[in-house]
Amino acid sequence: MSPAYYLYLSAILFTVGAAGFLLRRNAVVVFMCVELMLNAVNLTLVTFARINGTLDGQIIAFFVMVVAAAEVVVGLAIIVTIFRTRQSASVDDVNLLKY
Amino acid sequence: MSTAQSLPALAADFPAPQIAYSALSPMVAVFGAALIGVLVEAFAPRRARAGLQLAVALLGLLGGLLAVGLLAGTREVTAVGAVAVDGPALFVQGTVLALGVAAMLLLAERSLESGGGAIVAQAATVPGSADERALVGTDHLQTEVFPLAMLAIGGMLLFPASNDLLLMFVALEVLSLPLYLMCGLARRRRLLSQEAAVKYFLLGAFSSAFFLYGLALLYGYAGTVSLPGIAAATQVTASNDGLLYTGLGLLTVGLLFKISAVPFHSWTPDVYQGAPTPVTALMATGTKVAAFGALLRVYYVAFGAIRWDWRPLLWVIAIATMAVGALLAITQRDVKRMLAYSSVAHAGFILTGVVAATRAGLAGSLFYLLAYGFTTLAAFGILTLVRDADGEATDLSSWAGLGRRSPMVAGAFAILLLALAGIPLTSGFTGKFAVFSAAADAGAAGLVVVAVVCSAIAAFFYVRVIVLMFFNEPAADGPTVAIPGAFTSAALALGVAVTVVLGVFPSPLLKLADQAALFIR
Repeated sequence: MSPAYYLYLSAILFTVGAAGFLLRRNAVVVFMCVELMLNAVNLTLVTFARINGTLDGQIIAFFVMVVAAAEVVVGLAIIVTIFRTRQSASVDDVNLLKY
Repeated sequence: MSTAQSLPALAADFPAPQIAYSALSPMVAVFGAALIGVLVEAFAPRRARAGLQLAVALLGLLGGLLAVGLLAGTREVTAVGAVAVDGPALFVQGTVLALGVAAMLLLAERSLESGGGAIVAQAATVPGSADERALVGTDHLQTEVFPLAMLAIGGMLLFPASNDLLLMFVALEVLSLPLYLMCGLARRRRLLSQEAAVKYFLLGAFSSAFFLYGLALLYGYAGTVSLPGIAAATQVTASNDGLLYTGLGLLTVGLLFKISAVPFHSWTPDVYQGAPTPVTALMATGTKVAAFGALLRVYYVAFGAIRWDWRPLLWVIAIATMAVGALLAITQRDVKRMLAYSSVAHAGFILTGVVAATRAGLAGSLFYLLAYGFTTLAAFGILTLVRDADGEATDLSSWAGLGRRSPMVAGAFAILLLALAGIPLTSGFTGKFAVFSAAADAGAAGLVVVAVVCSAIAAFFYVRVIVLMFFNEPAADGPTVAIPGAFTSAALALGVAVTVVLGVFPSPLLKLADQAALFIR
């Protein structure tokens, strides 16, 4: 099976994540869409590591996982704080700052 | 991969990396101080924390600044090709560290509010709750903000020095994650502040995912993520251009988000307005300077050979950024928001230096970044002084007649606004002249014409504020101007002094920027 299929799959996953980011309303789901995008990137990296025959891509995928974990810590802290304040995690409700 | 090798043989295959810690000493000092700050947070008694944290942070920053001074002239690639310590990196690091000192002083100012500074007493309390009211008037302070700021500044030092895209991504996150949290720590108007944190976080995470996908595609194209490696691949490989251009485009999205260029600027006014003003000052100056350093390195080192392909794209983005920033700033009724749009417009002006893609363009951009950084930092510092019962009074109409009541503060703000507008004898004029002349020499005359027109539009809203402050009657219930404490005074004096000195006597720094403007490849 050609490794290029994995590239197509990861491109689709990335697009699904980006579309979900723009369309979903709950901040936690929006954030999960970002995680989906990061995981799509990991699939791309691992596939290219296979195609290029170098290990770099697999190593980079580990870095991406670590960074994603750190991002979850910060992100959930912020989302929980705003949920406690407003009793809502909808991104439509954070609308005090505009124009 | 041969699995038959024994362990000692494998160990021989993987020699320990050579890391020149002396070349990394500015970053070691700042990250070291950040980690000591975490320990202070864990072990020092509450009363001593604020003072201790400030002392540790300032020591780290000044130590880093000293290290940058000692390293001047170094050209070295270290840590297995991941970090490049060269002229532009050191110039940007020095700028970020000096701006960091001033921003740290603004953060530490506690005389402007009863009990504490701009930072919340206890971020975990729900706004408006009994827990929060119980803390009013106490001297509690969320002192974690100091180590967070140091980690962010450390990321800003690493970002422009990264010689490979993976390290650049890690540095991007190291500088962004603490800033997301710091945005939500305002003492007053906490709903706005938390909203700013959510918006910055979600959009920042979104844009770094694009950066990362660009990295992955460029890895597929070049087989490596090191910037010189990608440069070498662009010179030999003729195939797979689709991967190269898609990767470059996605990478650019992540970088343009950080410098808040149009069309990735929409977070800027909201986040700058909602965040505590000292944090805004750090974001508007340090982040932008560091991100431009990284952007310049990516474009000049990795994609220098294909500059005819990316220059038209940056032309369009520079024009859009200048025009949108300047035009939307005119419509603003809030000084903080106006300064945010002004920072968008300035990102466009600096991009004209990037578009030049010459040594003069690089030197001009470096000079402009330093000049812009100090002026903007002091301008946000002055915002912390003009206050009414609700905290900072940022509504434009309430600034009417401020020059009659406090000529010193209004005069300083007028100088800073004139510098942002680019009036001669201020640093802003010298910086604009440097980038515009470099762009014109590099054949971007059309872009320079647009840039000059946008500067004229931008001058309108800066001058409007000056007219409002000096030639209008003060409102009866207008805001008062607080007497700045020692920390704020020092930060403001530094910003105004650099603004004036670089306008009257710019040649030493121009020369320094010119000497520094050579990337190691």
